[in-house]
Amino acid sequence: MAEAVRVERTTRAGRAGLAVGLLALLVLATLPVWGAASTMRVLVEFIALFMLAQMWNLLAGYAGLVSIGQQAYVGIGAYALIVLADDLGVNPFVAVPLAGLVAAVLALPTAALVFRFRGGYFAVGTWAVAEVYRLLVANATPLGRGTGRTLKAVFPIARETREVTTYLLALALGTATVVAVYLLLRSRHGLGLMAIRDSEPASETLGVDILRTKLAVYVAVAFGTGVTGALIYLNLLRVSPDAAFSINWTAYTIFIVVIGGIGSLEGPLVGTALFFLVRELLSDYGAWYMILLGGLAIGVMLVYPQGLWGLVAERWDLRFFPVQRRVRLGTEEIAAGPPAG
Amino acid sequence: MGWVDTVLQGVLLGGLYALFATGLSLIFVVMRIVNVAHGDLSILAAFLAVVIVEQLGLNPFLALALVVPLMVALGFLLQTLVLNRLLGRGVLPPILVTFGLSIVIQNALLEIFSADSRRLNPGGIETASVALGSELAVGWFSLITLAVAVLILVGLQLLIGRTGAGRAFRATSDDQETAELMGIDNRRLYALAMALSLAVVAVAGVFLGIRTTFTFSSGPDRLLFAFEAVIIGGLGSLWGTLVGGAVLGVAQTVGAKLSPGWGILSGHLVFLGVLLLRPQGLFSRARRVG
Amino acid sequence: MTLLSIRGLSAFYGTFQALFDVSLEAAEGETVAVIGANGAGKSTVLRAIAGVLPVQADAVHFAGRAVGGSPAHELVDLGIVMVPEGRKIFPSLSVEENLRIGAYRGRTGHWTLERIYELFPVLAERKRQPGTNLSGGEQQMLAIGRGLMANPRLLLVDEISLGLAPVVVKNLYRVLRTITGEGITTVVVDQDVSQIMELAQRVYCFRKGSVSLEGRPADLTRARIAAAYFGV
Repeated sequence: MAEAVRVERTTRAGRAGLAVGLLALLVLATLPVWGAASTMRVLVEFIALFMLAQMWNLLAGYAGLVSIGQQAYVGIGAYALIVLADDLGVNPFVAVPLAGLVAAVLALPTAALVFRFRGGYFAVGTWAVAEVYRLLVANATPLGRGTGRTLKAVFPIARETREVTTYLLALALGTATVVAVYLLLRSRHGLGLMAIRDSEPASETLGVDILRTKLAVYVAVAFGTGVTGALIYLNLLRVSPDAAFSINWTAYTIFIVVIGGIGSLEGPLVGTALFFLVRELLSDYGAWYMILLGGLAIGVMLVYPQGLWGLVAERWDLRFFPVQRRVRLGTEEIAAGPPAG
Repeated sequence: MGWVDTVLQGVLLGGLYALFATGLSLIFVVMRIVNVAHGDLSILAAFLAVVIVEQLGLNPFLALALVVPLMVALGFLLQTLVLNRLLGRGVLPPILVTFGLSIVIQNALLEIFSADSRRLNPGGIETASVALGSELAVGWFSLITLAVAVLILVGLQLLIGRTGAGRAFRATSDDQETAELMGIDNRRLYALAMALSLAVVAVAGVFLGIRTTFTFSSGPDRLLFAFEAVIIGGLGSLWGTLVGGAVLGVAQTVGAKLSPGWGILSGHLVFLGVLLLRPQGLFSRARRVG
Repeated sequence: MTLLSIRGLSAFYGTFQALFDVSLEAAEGETVAVIGANGAGKSTVLRAIAGVLPVQADAVHFAGRAVGGSPAHELVDLGIVMVPEGRKIFPSLSVEENLRIGAYRGRTGHWTLERIYELFPVLAERKRQPGTNLSGGEQQMLAIGRGLMANPRLLLVDEISLGLAPVVVKNLYRVLRTITGEGITTVVVDQDVSQIMELAQRVYCFRKGSVSLEGRPADLTRARIAAAYFGV
């Protein structure tokens, strides 16, 4: 008696998660009406770090490309925003996604260089390239050299309007990021990515074009990171090379993803929340919050490499953003796709 | 004759860079780990020297006698307690953990020593120079640095080429699993390699601190220069790192002479150029990098 | 006296089970042959003994002690030495250095560098050359010599004839006979059945991770072996 074999892609938690997510989104969208401007600013920062985390997670957790040079694209996005809005007269809000395109274009020659490396050398190579970008910008007079520049294109706009628009833009971009990553991972390409993550040689024999896939992910992540960089500095208004190309962007990102849980979509959310919590709690103690987070990240890698979310997901088999494929025979699960993390 | 002087300074600077590069490549060749905290550990050593000099009133060169053993112990601990636990888990964990360590060290140094820049003062030798002919002068300290770098390189060459431990290093680097079959305890060997690396890092850090001012955030540049020197010189060749260091040093001094803000950038650009045109480096026996 | 005793050994590569409840014995001074087709689990058994694969402590007993799952480098101290499949000569070491590293643990015995050179004169000729400069057969000799330098109580030779010409293999077995003649307990894995049957006192045939046949070579007919080998 043959039972039907089904490949299941949603879970009950997934459907619940979707409902909760939509509700949260609705509440957040109305925030400008009832919330304070400072809250909106913090949320923009939160969303920006969350986006950076999702991007880095995609790059390292799924494509296996451990970059410690993503700050290059944060800086490129930031400066592209200034040039597009101030020098080329583009509407600053429209310039944000365009800045992402600039980052994506520059990612191509960058990849041509850093893809000559693998593993740890790839990581340091990306850092070296980020430094090159920083120094080039710091030496470029039109870009303000070491002092940097201010985003002047927003001056004509009323402050409240600017803040609300920035916030709503951030909300839209954050949602778009989650949706895009989620759809990607559930697609055929996503399956290829997870195959690469699990075993490169095996995935190659199955026809996954590794180089093209990695390059595509690298450029896409550069785009997302560039957009985020533009968003961050749309919020901050003042750009300087040392700030925009700071290794701290990568440090925050990596700590968030590692502690939250590499290779899952929920991990970066948990990680970002924890990051803000720790930073708030230790705000009077200078650099201690970074020492704590760094220590936590190291500890997590040593003891619980699947991160906070990974622990939760394993314990309660919870997946709000299910990207696994489970094979069910009748009602009994006989195999599950690669675990998230 | 400014250019000859510039190039000469660059070559001598290369001696310092070779010191940094040696510690980094030793780890990579034996363990296939890139220690992202490499530069920060050297700065840690420099700050240790600062404390020892301030508390004990020692000359920085003498402080080395304390700093090196401390860093050796740190190396053993780091490998045994942290990095050895990551064995067999792929390339990702060691990169992330050493990166985390890098950030932790920088922020800890910031908290403890503030953002002030420091310098180690050995009492005059760092400014003394010897004249070469009528137009050139070379700093004694730069010469000493180069000599020490060469000495350490020779020492390592002898260690790796002629001793039982060196044989074990080479075997483990070739084939870690078969080395275990020979009775080599990989974990102990890696701890030894890390301890050795940090000993060299300690010397590099103290010499850096004598040569120039440094702060809590001086680490990353050290890592990058070490990395670039290794790549330019070619992986797997100890003497290649000396040449790589020299090439990088010259690129930086020449670049700085052309335009003050372009010193470090020129070094990076030469590195990228070598990467584009001859990715295996100038002297490498390996075909692919990393 | 039984030197090596394996009981109920199961082994896994990740989730793939390579050995199913295997039992195997070798008396002191005995030469045991392990034969079987590709993927039958022969090398896996050796790797489990040598400490390369994690297995239950109780599954492998050596000289009365439970040693299963102990790390390989500790087992060398006890005298369990493996000559790995594919020779695995260290490219960064010269011929002589490859031999020397076999003695890393410092076990004493009558196997010295001089004796190895006597046994394998070609190695003496090439002693300063990189180990991997040698031909396949010479590398196998080097690998065996390297193993002997550890003065083993139990010598494990994995796939001795892999990729080698018949005349080379014949020579290797001649050498092996000299070695086993000195009383070292040896377990040899080979796909080439004919040579190994003349050497061994006991043979185990593996198929799909289990022992399909066991006995003294003299007692086993070709037909029985073929049946156990191929499962026909």
